[in-house]
Amino acid sequence: MKRPDLNRAVLLEARGVSRLYGPGKGCEAVSLRLHRGEVLGIVGESGSGKSTLLRLLAGMERPDAGQVIYRASVAQGLDAAGHEGELDLYAIGEARRRALLRMEWGLVHQNPRDGLRLGVSAGANIGERLMALGERHYGQLRAAGQDWMGRVELDPERIDDAPRTFSGGMQQRLQIARTLVTRPNLVFMDEPTGGLDVSVQARLLDMLRTLVRELGLSVILVTHDLAVARLLAHRLMVMRRGQVVETGLTDQILDDPQHAYTQLLVSSVLTP
Amino acid sequence: MTSLKQPFLSVDALHKAFVLHGQGGMTLEVMRDLSLTLSPGECLVLAGPSGIGKSTLLKMLHGSYRVTAGRLTLHFEDGDLSLEALPAHAWHTLRRDVIGYVSQFLRVVPRVPAVEVVMEPLLARGVDEAEARLRAEAMLARLNLPERLWNLSPGTFSGGEQQRVNIARGFIAEHPLLLLDEPTASLDAANREVVVGLIEEAKARGAALLGIFHDEDVRERVADRLLPLTPHMGANVVTAQPATEEMRR
Amino acid sequence: MNSVDRREGPPADGYNFAYLDEQTKRMIRRGLLKAVAIPGYQVPFGGREMPMPYGWGTGGMQLTASVLGQDDVLKVIDQGADDTTNAVSIRAFFERVAGVATTTTTTEADVIQTRHRIPEQPLRQGQILIFQVPIPEPLRFIEPSEVETRLMHALEEYGVMHVKLYEDIARHGHIATTYAYPVKVDGRYVTDPSPIPKFDNPKLHMAESLMLFGAGREKRLYAIPPYTRVESLDFEDHPFEVQQWDVPCAICGARDTFLDEVITDDQGGRMFVCSDTDYCQSRAEEVA
Repeated sequence: MKRPDLNRAVLLEARGVSRLYGPGKGCEAVSLRLHRGEVLGIVGESGSGKSTLLRLLAGMERPDAGQVIYRASVAQGLDAAGHEGELDLYAIGEARRRALLRMEWGLVHQNPRDGLRLGVSAGANIGERLMALGERHYGQLRAAGQDWMGRVELDPERIDDAPRTFSGGMQQRLQIARTLVTRPNLVFMDEPTGGLDVSVQARLLDMLRTLVRELGLSVILVTHDLAVARLLAHRLMVMRRGQVVETGLTDQILDDPQHAYTQLLVSSVLTP
Repeated sequence: MTSLKQPFLSVDALHKAFVLHGQGGMTLEVMRDLSLTLSPGECLVLAGPSGIGKSTLLKMLHGSYRVTAGRLTLHFEDGDLSLEALPAHAWHTLRRDVIGYVSQFLRVVPRVPAVEVVMEPLLARGVDEAEARLRAEAMLARLNLPERLWNLSPGTFSGGEQQRVNIARGFIAEHPLLLLDEPTASLDAANREVVVGLIEEAKARGAALLGIFHDEDVRERVADRLLPLTPHMGANVVTAQPATEEMRR
Repeated sequence: MNSVDRREGPPADGYNFAYLDEQTKRMIRRGLLKAVAIPGYQVPFGGREMPMPYGWGTGGMQLTASVLGQDDVLKVIDQGADDTTNAVSIRAFFERVAGVATTTTTTEADVIQTRHRIPEQPLRQGQILIFQVPIPEPLRFIEPSEVETRLMHALEEYGVMHVKLYEDIARHGHIATTYAYPVKVDGRYVTDPSPIPKFDNPKLHMAESLMLFGAGREKRLYAIPPYTRVESLDFEDHPFEVQQWDVPCAICGARDTFLDEVITDDQGGRMFVCSDTDYCQSRAEEVA
């Protein structure tokens, strides 16, 4: 048997990014690499800096120091070496950065109400990103809306209902459909199952797993819930007081944690 | 009987210790100075009493546990690959294509039907869904899992049923290196036979297998060699270590 | 026929020509130049208090005051009519403070201030149409923050405009927006054409006249210069369409104008007549 090619193209890279609001608040000198097709979980308690890091990575907040590099060529499946298609997120203009987030990336908020337009129908919510990309055919927008409602296990008959008539779990699934409908190259998820009942969570997790595999998504997932991390993430980064204390394969981190804090975190969970 | 082939896996002077920061930095040595080689088509069975560290070697070979010291090497036709310091992302591919693991317990994902649990390793390699389903169903049928269970989540299955789902999942992708962690522990005689058959087929196609079997009958039938682990098992060897800076905070 | 009303004597004592002081007019003209240079872009300006409440056309009046010359002839319409309170008041105001000639005849006017309509008679080069605008921001319905909407314009983040049209079709089976129908000006800025009926939208496209828009409360002005492409937003399978009526105008018989429904009695009697009174009257006279 030949040696398998273990290298995977790096889609997103952070180089020493820092954003501090006070000592130990925010995140400090974090470096990471997200490979294409990988789900990287960022775990830690609230206040550990994981949400700040997500904002820095997603182009929503400029770091005090460090760089975030996005390789558009990798996203397009061209594992081009060199710097072609390499975007320094905070060196490019805001216009380009926002266009990235709107067109090529996706963001799933913890609270679906932050990611949805509550005043317009489910179908319009799903169609918005397509319309932003220039889709101008109502019939096709509608077909895409119904297709995606089915994929996230919402009744396509409810395409014209307002999201506020949906339960929390349904709203979250709608938000996911709205985000993934354009098949983004990179998805950021901030506690996607937070605030949901356990039974609802399970359904969502299973759905996300399937979508990640089917669409080959590359995901940065922020969660405080190690069970969620176990199910969704290929790799984990443990954060504490703004710093990364440990990184590794998900089962490495959860089954053989090295750092004192990780051990404490893992042992504090009832059934990780 | 020792295979004359070139080994596929070599383990050299492997050492594993757990540092328990929560216990004042206590170090628990669970494995010392373990070396072995494993060739394609061979099944090596780890022998020794049950207890901590029995699965440790398998978990290190699968990347779940980190290697404290020593070397793990896979020998490919075009060169060696050291596992002990592989970056995490490299394991994704390695686990998908090279190293398979049949653990004792199934980690049940809520709502995922048994047949899809079994299909997953194939889908991860890009096998067509219809084909993956056919192969998964054939595997489940072979392991005598009643057809009515195929489309149910294994969460409600008995221990033996769950284990058969797990075995099907472990064998379906035909990894060149298979790690078997008591795959027959809670199976009846008929299903043990099926697993023995699966192991023999794996050997026949040239897979290298490393396993733990408590069932003596199975062990004797599948093992080409036995590796007594007792001399290397360091459970309860405890060294006190000063608390780390981290814990004093 | 000459319906231009030339007043005698100078404007009312104590007021600068056309009410606003010259500094203010200069400031507004600078804003207008910028607006013309960037079609559809909303230019902020230092709006002044006018002797009228907001909502009565103070934005349009400040623009009119700034572009009006002593020899210009002014026409003021409200919903197409020259004889409504609002139109009469504004016309009287400029007669008093600028002493300019006024008219109700579209072809004779140099400057036309309008609320909610574009005259049926195609405007010609040299004429200026000034719109009174209540809400200049087409994105406001979805985004309350001015900072954010300015950014959305800057980055051409206009997907949400189609969300609104999508909702219309989903709810009503067709695009139900009938006035203030959003347009894209010169392929760049999504713009609110003020609450004109969508019937008038095609008149914005490649018009010969200069069109200026003033919002007094919001202190924004914008422009569509002559011969500018103006597209109404739509979907491929639900193209933009203007309103149509089954009956002609009950007065002049026109079939290609925007009609108002007029209730004639308490028994449900009604008729449809041109909303553009000047156009209707001139046609009725021609026919007679």
